[in-house]
Amino acid sequence: MRDTVTEPQKEPLIRVEDLKMHFPIYTGVFRRHSGDVKAVDGVSFTIQPGETLGLVGESGCGKSTVGRALLRLYEPTAGRVVIEGDDIATLTPEALRLKRPTMQMVFQDPQASLNPRMTLSAIIAEPMVEHTRMTAQERQARVFELMDAVGLNRRFANRYPHEFSGGQRQRIGIARALALNPKFIVCDEPIAALDVSIQAQVVNLLEDLQDKFGLTYLFISHDLSMVRHIADRVAVMYLGRIAELSPRDALYAHPLHPYAEALLSAVNEPDPNRARRERIILKGDVPSPANPPKGCSFSTRCPKVMDICRITRPELAEVQPGRLVACHLYTAAGSTGASEAPEPKHNQSQQGASS
Amino acid sequence: MPDGAAPVLDVRGLKTVFRTSGGEIHAVNSVSFHLKRGEVLGVVGESGSGKSVTMMSLIGLLPSPPAEIRGGEVMLGDRDLLKIAPEDLRQVRGAKVGFVFQDPMTSLNPVFTIGMQIMEPLREHMGMDKRQAEARAVELLELVGIPDAKKRLKSYPHQFSGGMRQRVMIAIALACNPDVLIADEPTTALDVTIQAQILELVKELRQKLGMAIIWITHDLGVIAAVADRVMVMYGGQVAEHGPVKELFANPRHPYTRALLKTIPSIAGAREARLQVIEGQPPILSEAPTACPFRARCVHAMEICTQENPARRPVDAAPLGHGHDVACHWTPEGTDA
Repeated sequence: MRDTVTEPQKEPLIRVEDLKMHFPIYTGVFRRHSGDVKAVDGVSFTIQPGETLGLVGESGCGKSTVGRALLRLYEPTAGRVVIEGDDIATLTPEALRLKRPTMQMVFQDPQASLNPRMTLSAIIAEPMVEHTRMTAQERQARVFELMDAVGLNRRFANRYPHEFSGGQRQRIGIARALALNPKFIVCDEPIAALDVSIQAQVVNLLEDLQDKFGLTYLFISHDLSMVRHIADRVAVMYLGRIAELSPRDALYAHPLHPYAEALLSAVNEPDPNRARRERIILKGDVPSPANPPKGCSFSTRCPKVMDICRITRPELAEVQPGRLVACHLYTAAGSTGASEAPEPKHNQSQQGASS
Repeated sequence: MPDGAAPVLDVRGLKTVFRTSGGEIHAVNSVSFHLKRGEVLGVVGESGSGKSVTMMSLIGLLPSPPAEIRGGEVMLGDRDLLKIAPEDLRQVRGAKVGFVFQDPMTSLNPVFTIGMQIMEPLREHMGMDKRQAEARAVELLELVGIPDAKKRLKSYPHQFSGGMRQRVMIAIALACNPDVLIADEPTTALDVTIQAQILELVKELRQKLGMAIIWITHDLGVIAAVADRVMVMYGGQVAEHGPVKELFANPRHPYTRALLKTIPSIAGAREARLQVIEGQPPILSEAPTACPFRARCVHAMEICTQENPARRPVDAAPLGHGHDVACHWTPEGTDA
């Protein structure tokens, strides 16, 4: 359905280069700067126009922070976020404001992200008040148009958010994100708060809208089976860095990074025969991003850990066409123990050079 | 009993309503099930399906008012939990039935050490002195896989990660060797790799200790991984019930069938478009005289609005022991 996106020669809509987002920690009476939580620590990727990039990982891996830093809801510590030729990370406030209509966000919690004192119509119209010179009448017409697009009955225009169910509220949030004809939407766990039977409704809606308006998505989620359904390529994050970035089918058929492998093996399938298979059970918890382990951040839990992993941090590198992996199994010279690793290549792609 | 051993827990016709200013909400309507030793019963349903309220009703954890238990029997061994005195029920809750809640952040008391919280039921229900309780607490923490158990007794909940806290909750629930462990969405707040750890732990414990487990979840994947039997709830009722493999391979209720189709798969063919269940779950303000799923059901017939379907067996086993379904519709090519 969106098979054009696999052609690599096209200019990407989004280019993220070595994005870092560190949150300072202050301690003591004098609030001395004593360290940083490295929520995002050198992340690079591109998104083609019309493509959906899935961003998966466990809580605390920095996936939501990437989404927010991309739209400059946080001030990135370092790195570039180029959207249609403009570096979002360094734009002046006024230039950023003019850029805002092209990039929007759908939030996880439709309860918290909608103002309870505004009517549905006021919520959807607000971006137009801020960014366009439409008349009240034009805005109302556009609100109705958007409500039709997301499947909300026009009769509900003057109701308040609390009168809607979770799935309907998420539709309101999507309508608001669409109000200014954006090109790029960050969907931050848009279905996590919804019941299973409602999740499919919202995902189908997002796909329909993508086809209709040619949208580009960054789809952030911890739901690996839903990401497999919606994404074209998938980035797996661990502790502030990308462990693997691969085309969807390749990743799910044969994950290369040991963390991606463990993560996929932990998913419970709604099929008793498959759900009881042998799985890779990781030991321990995710280390703190304020104090990440030396070398590879996954080395403390990795079932295939080698000596080099505790010393040198592996860089993200293209190990197969279109597949980027940050793991010594594939890049270290004389790699052993990676029986299924096919011909490791040593070329560092430009996306891999991150520090 | 037809299949040998008597059940540890036998629930018959449980009815719970909530009285609100806007009228009565029929949260649980004639729910029946039983549980045998060493067995895991998975209970699935969406929010508002009545799965948690059912389990809270069993052991008197619902505040009354607004909740009112209208009828039914809850037989734990030879005692009806709905009829015994509150003090006795308190004893049952700590010693016979253990409970693990969804959110390990909020269900541990932040101002007491983990040790005190594990030792409390031991001293309260088992009459242990401090030394015995401490020794048993260390044993329990080791059982649930917490390293350095003796030292960790002095730690506070905030010093543990989410997965570790859930292990502590399980240790507390297991403290008095309960006959039944009720786990209400115990892995929902956890990451998938941590969830996998907890699922392994529970499977291991069940083999070691042989208790019966009720596992409540909305995640069909978790059910597929841990349950022996499944009970699918919708609108406060049991829609379908059966052995796990049979139910996933051969779902009979239109709700179960639709639910299984809405979930995208992680392997195999990728569907171009997800199947959806149109509409919203019901608000249970009407007396249950019709099928609660009729408004969203693709097979709804006239009779569905007139008569609430009773559970009927779809295989040879007696009702409640094999595969049964509460639906007027019969899939084509079957004769039940």
